[in-house]
This record gives sequence, C-alpha cells and structure tokens, in this order.
Amino acid sequence: MNSPSDHFELFGLPRRFAVDLPALEKRYRDLQREVHPDRFSTAPVSEQRQSMEMATRVNEAYRTLKTPLLRVRYMLELEGGDVLAETNTAMPREFLMQQMGWREVLEEAAEARNAQRLDALDAQVGAELDATFADVEVALDARDGATSASLVRKLMFLDKLREEIGAAQERLEN
Amino acid sequence: MALLQISEPGESPAPHQRRLAIGIDLGTTNSLVATVRNSIAVVLNDADGHPLLPSIVRYLADGSVQVGFAAEAQQARDAKNTIVSAKRFMGRGLKDVPYPENSPYDFVDAPGMVQIRTVAGVKSPVEVSAEILRTLRVRAEAALGISHGAASGEDGAGELYGAVITVPAYFDDAQRQATKDAAKLAGLNVMRLLNEPTAAAIAYGLDNAAEGIYAVFDLGGGTFDVSILKLSRGVFEVMATGGDSALGGDDFDHRLFCWVLERAKLAPLSDEDTRLMLSRARQVKEDLTNHVEARFNARLSTREIVDVVVNQQDFWDMSQTLVAKTLAPTRRALRDAGLAVADVKGVVMVGGATRMPHVQRAVGELFGQVPLNNLDPDKVVALGAAMQANALAGNRSSEEDWLLLDVVPLSLGIETMGGLVEKVIPRNSTLPVSRAQEFTTFKDGQTAMAIHVVQGERELVSDCRSLARFELRGIPPMAAGAARIRVTYQVDADGLMSVAAREATTGIEASVAVKPSYGLSDGEITRMLRDSFEHARDDVHLRALREQQVEGSRMVESVRAALAQDGDLLDAEERAAIDAAISALEKSMAGTDHRGIKVAIERANRATDAFAARRMDRSVKSVLAGRNIATI
Ligand SMILES: Nc1ncnc2c1ncn2[C@@H]1O[C@H](COP(=O)(O)OP(=O)(O)O)[C@@H](O)[C@H]1O
Ligand SMILES: [Mg+2]
Repeated sequence: MNSPSDHFELFGLPRRFAVDLPALEKRYRDLQREVHPDRFSTAPVSEQRQSMEMATRVNEAYRTLKTPLLRVRYMLELEGGDVLAETNTAMPREFLMQQMGWREVLEEAAEARNAQRLDALDAQVGAELDATFADVEVALDARDGATSASLVRKLMFLDKLREEIGAAQERLEN
Repeated sequence: MALLQISEPGESPAPHQRRLAIGIDLGTTNSLVATVRNSIAVVLNDADGHPLLPSIVRYLADGSVQVGFAAEAQQARDAKNTIVSAKRFMGRGLKDVPYPENSPYDFVDAPGMVQIRTVAGVKSPVEVSAEILRTLRVRAEAALGISHGAASGEDGAGELYGAVITVPAYFDDAQRQATKDAAKLAGLNVMRLLNEPTAAAIAYGLDNAAEGIYAVFDLGGGTFDVSILKLSRGVFEVMATGGDSALGGDDFDHRLFCWVLERAKLAPLSDEDTRLMLSRARQVKEDLTNHVEARFNARLSTREIVDVVVNQQDFWDMSQTLVAKTLAPTRRALRDAGLAVADVKGVVMVGGATRMPHVQRAVGELFGQVPLNNLDPDKVVALGAAMQANALAGNRSSEEDWLLLDVVPLSLGIETMGGLVEKVIPRNSTLPVSRAQEFTTFKDGQTAMAIHVVQGERELVSDCRSLARFELRGIPPMAAGAARIRVTYQVDADGLMSVAAREATTGIEASVAVKPSYGLSDGEITRMLRDSFEHARDDVHLRALREQQVEGSRMVESVRAALAQDGDLLDAEERAAIDAAISALEKSMAGTDHRGIKVAIERANRATDAFAARRMDRSVKSVLAGRNIATI
C-alpha cells in the first residue's frame, strides 16, 4: 500500500482550486488525531519517528491547501509549471505602474503615521487579490498553465505588498 | 519479567494498571505538581498542606540544600546563597540578566549559560531548577505511594511513568532545552514540554466544555505569554502565541523598589537589604491589589528604617508602561491568528500577576469584555499539565479523547550575507514542522560550509538569539555553485529544533542535534548527573540498568500490542524477524548489562521500522475510509 501521493489525495479532496474549507479542516483534525506524536508517546522509537514525519506532512499539506496563494502555487507545481521560471517574468506594464503607485501610498502613509490611509490601502489591495484569485481559478481549472503562472506571479506581488502594509500597521500600534 | 499488559494504543489500561504520571508547573515564583486521580486533576500538597512550592533554593556550606518555604525564610539573611527566580536565567547569558546590579548573586559568566557562585560551589540555573523539580518529584512519589530507591523493582506498577513540564510559550529553544536538562537531572522522564497558556486552556476548556476562540493571558512572576486558541470538538489548536520571556510580577516589584529608593533617599544597599526591600516591594504590590494604599516598611541592616505609604494610583502610574508592554504582543498574536477582537469568545486570566486591577482593566479594555477569572490562576497550569501527562501516559478513556496542536513561538532563520536573517520557519507554524533549503558553494573547490541558526523576529542576526552553529564538511570539491546542499530544519512537538544536512550529488550527510549557543554541553550534563547521584548516594550503574529495563519493557509491550492489532501487515519472514528482535531484547533485559539492553532496543527499533511505516499508512487510510462511509 502506498501513501497518498499529493496533498489533495492525503485529504481526500478533489484537485480543484475551490476547496471545501470546513471539510479540509475536519479532515485535518481527523488525521492529526491518528498520527500526532502525542498519540505515540508510549510507542517504540520507530513508530514515534513515523508519527513525527506524518504529522509534519499533514501540517504542511494543511497549510498549503488552506492558504490560497500556497494552494495555487502548489497546483501549478503539480501541473509541472514553475512560477519562478526566470524566463517570462515580465509583468504587464499597467500592473507595474499600479504597484508603484500603491508602494508610494504605503510609504507616505507609514511616514505620516496615517492608520486610516493604511487601512484603506489594505482593503484596496485585498480586493485586487480577491479578483485575481477569481481569475486564477478559471485559468487553473482550464489547465491554462501560462496564464496561471503569470497570474500567480501577480498574486505574489500583491501578497508581498499586503505583508508590508501589515508590518507598517504593526509598527504604528507599538 | 513483569506480566505483559496488552492494550491497544488509545485504549485505557485497566484501573490498577494506570500509569502514574504527573504534571509540573515550574514557575519563576511558585512551582506545583498535579496528577489525575479518578479522572479528576488534583494538585498534590506538601506535608503541611501547601499546594505551592516557592521556587527558591538555598545552598548551605555543608552541601545540603533547602528548597521552598525553608529557603524563602532565609532569603534576606543569606541572599548570596539563596537563589530566587532562577527560571529567568535558564538558557541565558550574563548579558541577559535583568538588573544584575540589584541582584545579590555572584554571577559567573560561563560560556553556555550564566552560573552562580555559592558556598556549595558554582551552580547552573539548570541545577537550581533540578532541585525544585526533585522536591516536587519526591512529593508526588509520596502522594502516589511510590517508594523511590526500589531500584531493583521488577514490576512496572508503582513507578512514576513520566512527567509533563510546562514552559512559557515564548521560551526559545535554549530555554526549553535547559528545562528538559533540569528534568533529566531531577530523574524525571519528560514525556512532553507543554506551553503554560496551552496547559491553562486544556484545564479551562475541558472543565467548561468550551468551544470557540479563546485567548489565554498569562502574567506570572517572570514571564508573560499570550496565546490564541481555537477549541473545537476536543481539539485545542493554538493559532498564535506571543509574549515576553523577561516580563512579569518581578518587574513590578522592581519598579516599586526603585520608586521607594528614590523617595527614601537611601544610600546604596547591601545585597541582603536589596533582597529584603524587593520582597517588601512584592508584599506591598500584592496588598495594593485589594487596598487603596499600603505601607512600605523595612528595617535595614544599617538600622535605617524605611516607612513609605504607597497608594494604588501611584503604583498604577509607575507601572503603567509595564502593563502596556503586555498589550503589543497581545495585538500581534491576534493579528497573526488573522482574528479581530470581536472573534474572541473569552479571555482566560492565568498567573498571580493578573490579579492586579490595572492589568485586569487593560485586558478588559483591549478585548472589550470582562476577563474570565473563574479559575485559580495559581493552579490551572499544573492541572492542565497533569491532564496532558495522563493522556500521554496512555491512561485516557475514550470520552477524554482530545488533542493539542501547538505552534513554534519564534521564527527560525539562518544567517546570510551581511549579517541578515533569512527566515526558514515562521513563528506560529503548527508543530511538528520541517522546512528544507538548498544552498550552494560560492568558491571553487569549497569543501566546508558553516550554517548559523538563529531565533527571533528581527532582520539582523545581531538582534536575534543565536541558537547553534554547525558545519557541513566533506563537500566534494566542485566549481562554485555546483554543489547542492539541502538543509532540513525540524521542530518537534516539544518545540525543540534539530537540523540535518546533505549534499545532493554525493549524498554526504551531516546530522546535528542542535546544541544551543546558550546551553549546556553533554559533558556538563554528565558531570551534573554524576554530582547529583553522589548527592543522593545513588548507584549510577543500577540506575542506568533500571532505566534501560523500563525502556525495554515499554518496547516489548508496545510491539506486542502493535502485532496484535496489525500483524496482518507482515509476511511470515518479516514477522519472524521482529519476533526474533523482541526475544533477543527480552533475553538481554534479564541480564545486568545496561549497554547490551540499549543495543537490543535499537535493534528492535530498526527491525520494526518498516512495520511502523505500514501501520502509519493504514491509520491515514482509515481516516479517509471513515469519510467515504459517512458520505456515501
Ligand atoms: N494578589 C496579588 N496581587 C498582585 N500580584 C500578585 C498577587 N498574588 C500574586 N502576585 C504576583 O504574581 C507573581 C507570581 O505569579 P505566579 O503565577 O505564581 O508566577 P510564576 O508562574 O512565574 O511562578 C508574583 O510576582 C506575585 O507577586
Ligand atoms: Mg506560571
């Protein structure tokens, strides 16, 4: 008998972008109930080792499937695509301009310690992320590797920006 | 040999075969031990009926040691040799010691961890903590009817099976390792290090059948933790944790102490007077919890008399910045969990210092709700630890079937060019977790590579805590950039890290259990163990033999149970190999050579490796199958 070969199989879910989150969460808990090291504290070392490996894998798979950006990257990888391929990293000019604009807003708002402005920017970038996820879902499910890869790169830019906004918000609070 | 007890994993052994397990809250100020009796967690009191053991150890010139109240009574008279709050020094160097100028100790800046010179010699904080743990072990053994020293005992009943020791969630790798070393030194089998707020959540959650998002706010004597948990159908999932491992009630004492010093215009104090003033400060701080004013009164060795009235508002004003220091990590933990204040159903208050009204108020304001104070903040951590110990020892019944999922509190990273940190495992990753990274060489013919692992959230290596340095040697000489070195970092369920490295083209492997930069070497631990045995007039060999025999019978027992359950996964030949390894182990256990038993255990482990893997697959499949049955 072979172990489930990919994260979707491990969680008994279809390989699709739209994940049934409650089912994912339930399956995660059910799996950890079986494989977590706490279940093996009286077991021989050989079983403890297996438990640690499997529990680590279940955690990694859960994180990947739960987090939309990680999930799309993973799906692309399963398709044999590579987001980080050196070739074809050029982004549409329009998108780059928008990025630069947002970064300027971020810098100004952070400098001026303007929390409202940061919150507004956060919401704006969040909306753009949501819209891009909708696009990538269509491309992924149509198995359009090239379009998916370029959308995933866009998502990565947006995600990074959002993280920086979060860091700026955190600095304001402290 | 003992009669073998066959029980399936997860199935509770018969009552008379319950394994004796304890939970220990090793606090900065107070420590406790608890156990589960008839499915109820209880704190074990000392002979005088005290549940708390002051975490104070006094070393005397004749080599004897006082722990707890006896030591506390002497702290102002023999400050140099009476160690309080040793937990603040665990896994820490001299430069990390808070206000050394107000500390009466004669610190020794040892390479691994700061040490203290006493009349009985130089002591590591690990040894001091081990004295506290040993006292609690003896207390528990007496309460549970275990006679210690019956080292030749053949049957496993009437033995302390193991302990769960709690640590602040925000403890880093070095502090955790130091705690584990202390437990080892105290002769305890550590089943798990458990985070204090998580322990509190278990005790609270199981008692109240709580479901939903809860925050645990734990301000003790020397440490502050906050954890956000999701409680759902018996799973306690930590979503984020934060804190400050050097912030607690002690710091409020210190503020008050400094304030009084200024008021009373005192000359520099002797060590003894400092200790006296600090313990008075603590008393006044505690009085101010329920009174609008309190008198700070002390007669110093210089015959000077200190007599200052402190009112609540003054105390709150002088310590407001300390309260504020707890709020930033709390907000960050919420953000890390991706939650808003409104998502939090309840805030569980833990630790003696949360009794202070201005702390209660600040927490209530932040969360927009009255914090939960319906449990004993002193005992809840020990009770939760006892519940986890009971579960880990395999005593749980099916209705006690719950599971804990905890996280790594601080990000792990490695040093890159220019002294920058590259994060490898982000904080709040669920345990166990592992991540791999690929490196290459940057010089032609480079055969070695150094890796520096750090822990912390800052961008510069110098702002993070150095965990370990290790070197990968024997890289085959190649052109720069041709070697592919894959380094894997693993953090286990205790929150402890290990690192493995391998060069992909040659398969050369270097595995390193991370030895913290701030920690004890194996040699030091061996020395301390030897010292402590001499102290107890114990026989090192007999002890080792006993340990291996217990380990061996655990092995035999669990392999038999596994075979009974899943023997069908093996063909006749595989089965015969395992049977042979087990009977060889049993044979060695009848002898007196502890090393021989150890070898036989290792062999048995290797013989059951493939079987263990197949069993794991079967249990994963059983989860998937369960779903299919339910949905079809
Ligand atoms: N009534 C009180 N008011 C204010 N502080 C208190 C009170 N009772 C205990 N404390 C403080 O709580 C701290 C000890 O808390 P505890 O939870 O026992 O700590 P630890 O877990 O670190 O040992 C000490 O600083 C003590 O002064
Ligand atoms: Mg505590």
